Amino acid sequence: MTFLTKAALIGLIVATAGCTRPDRFGAGGGAAPTTTAPSSTELTGVNDPNSPLYFNQTIGDRVLFAVDTSTLTAQGKMILDGQARWLQTNADYLAIIEGHADEQGTREYNLGLGSRRANAVREYLVSKGVPASRMRVTSYGKERPIQVCSQESCYAQNRRAMTVISIASLS
Amino acid sequence: MLKRFLMALVALVLAGPVMAQSGPLRLTITDGVIEPLPFAVPGFQAENTEAAQVASDITRLVAADLSGTGLFREIPASVFISAHSSFTQTVAYADWRAINAQALITGAVMVAGNQLVVKFRLYDVFSGSEMGGGLQFAGTVDGWRRMAHKVADAAYSRITGEGGYFDSRVVFVSETGPKNERQKRLAIMDYDGANVQFLTDSTALVLAPRFSPTGDRVLYTSFVSGFPRINLLDVATVGTRQLQTADGEMAFSPRFSRDGSQVIYSVSNGGNTDIYRGDIASGASTRLTSAPSIETAPSLSPDGTQIVFESDRSGTQQLYIMSANGGDARRISFGDGRYGTPVWSPRGDLVAFTKQNAGRFHIGVMRTDGSEERLLTASFLDESPTWSPNGRVIMFMRETQGAGGTSSLYSVDISGRNLKPVTLPNGASDPSWGPLQP
Repeated sequence: MTFLTKAALIGLIVATAGCTRPDRFGAGGGAAPTTTAPSSTELTGVNDPNSPLYFNQTIGDRVLFAVDTSTLTAQGKMILDGQARWLQTNADYLAIIEGHADEQGTREYNLGLGSRRANAVREYLVSKGVPASRMRVTSYGKERPIQVCSQESCYAQNRRAMTVISIASLS
Repeated sequence: MLKRFLMALVALVLAGPVMAQSGPLRLTITDGVIEPLPFAVPGFQAENTEAAQVASDITRLVAADLSGTGLFREIPASVFISAHSSFTQTVAYADWRAINAQALITGAVMVAGNQLVVKFRLYDVFSGSEMGGGLQFAGTVDGWRRMAHKVADAAYSRITGEGGYFDSRVVFVSETGPKNERQKRLAIMDYDGANVQFLTDSTALVLAPRFSPTGDRVLYTSFVSGFPRINLLDVATVGTRQLQTADGEMAFSPRFSRDGSQVIYSVSNGGNTDIYRGDIASGASTRLTSAPSIETAPSLSPDGTQIVFESDRSGTQQLYIMSANGGDARRISFGDGRYGTPVWSPRGDLVAFTKQNAGRFHIGVMRTDGSEERLLTASFLDESPTWSPNGRVIMFMRETQGAGGTSSLYSVDISGRNLKPVTLPNGASDPSWGPLQP
């Protein structure tokens, strides 16, 4: 993928997100008929760009890393750009960034490696305008794999940093 | 005694075969063991009827301890010529020589209520003499395994001239559930996997416990808050408290100082992991490393003056030694692959480590200057070596490959011989071998 294609794609994603953003209050500006009051599932559904579900699934809550590295990939940065915009729009949310490693490493080293990955994400989000005070980092090392096979196809999914959002307090 | 210990050390360095010597009975433990030393244990005499079962159990456990080292071989009772049914009877040396028993262990057991008394004697069959005096251990009936371990430790120690390790415990992480939903609890066991007791529940992830030098406390990493922190647990009361550590996003990898008053550990901040030393009572900490890389898995030398640790400051995980007060470090690992989890041996001469190379994991040992590296094991994933109290055996964890992969504990001699699993009801990882019990 060339840089221009990527840039166009990012633009398209942003534009699409802008166009499809529903009215958060579901009233369309006019008086809403009481019989068609929106349900809470519509408000928090994957189609609501301000919902955690949209963050987790549409934007993507995780970025992946190559073996024994904490360098963000171009694809990872694209996802983080989306996370940064979402976090700026949804200022009530706080984020815990969890670093993870695959099983090919010793336990304590992998905690350190996960910490590097989580911090790479945190620093990128800060550079995109998300206040550092809204984020905390942690590392699970190799303790929380999401794929369980012992092959690169699984390892690639496990070498990740997850941005876990919540309205709860960070402390 | 010291002279004997030094001689055993010298023999270890010279790497000769094990020899049952033609003079007084002596098994010199060295690298390439050829033939285990044959011994006989006639059933310990039950001095009253209440003692019959426990006398039999103790006899079997003494034999299992010694045979389990790989250094001794039990001669089956079916070939005994003498019965030796009484502890006080004269030893018929010729009968034991005839079946090539080089060592003879006899004992007697008495039970009074909940009290148990075990007596034992050790004989050098070919010299026709007793080795050391008789010993008597007293305790409670439910502690019979410890008494058997003490008898076996005494026999092992008298024959090899080295300290024993049977009457010791191991703190470890007990594991259940599939790989992506693994539940971990701290647990404690006898060295042979018996008497498993849980120290924590599985509500919070726990990792890498370490015994205090006297075995009364355990340091470990807890995720109870979602962020790794160091907890201190009292083994007797199972009470825990979080240690005050240097400021940082995470604190982990704790180890006790040799006097048990301090903790050496790692803190991560901004993606940089360094090693600190903290005072357990006051919570005050000093930073020992400052490189922008991952410095973790510290282990103090037995004299407390140096720390061996792992760092990827060169680009890959390698082993380094620095002063216990920090400062310059010298790299000691130079072979192929990556090296982690160094653990200084109780004797001070060796460092055990985990090595990753060409897609395999190994447990190995090297001298503290990095020379004479020897790999003792190889598998999909071997990790977390811990030393037996006498420095002869290393316990470690082995994890199997694939979706159904599970962890279990193994032990191996520092010669690479006698690799065997520790039998436990559940999965297990991160062993830390405690001291010989008083």
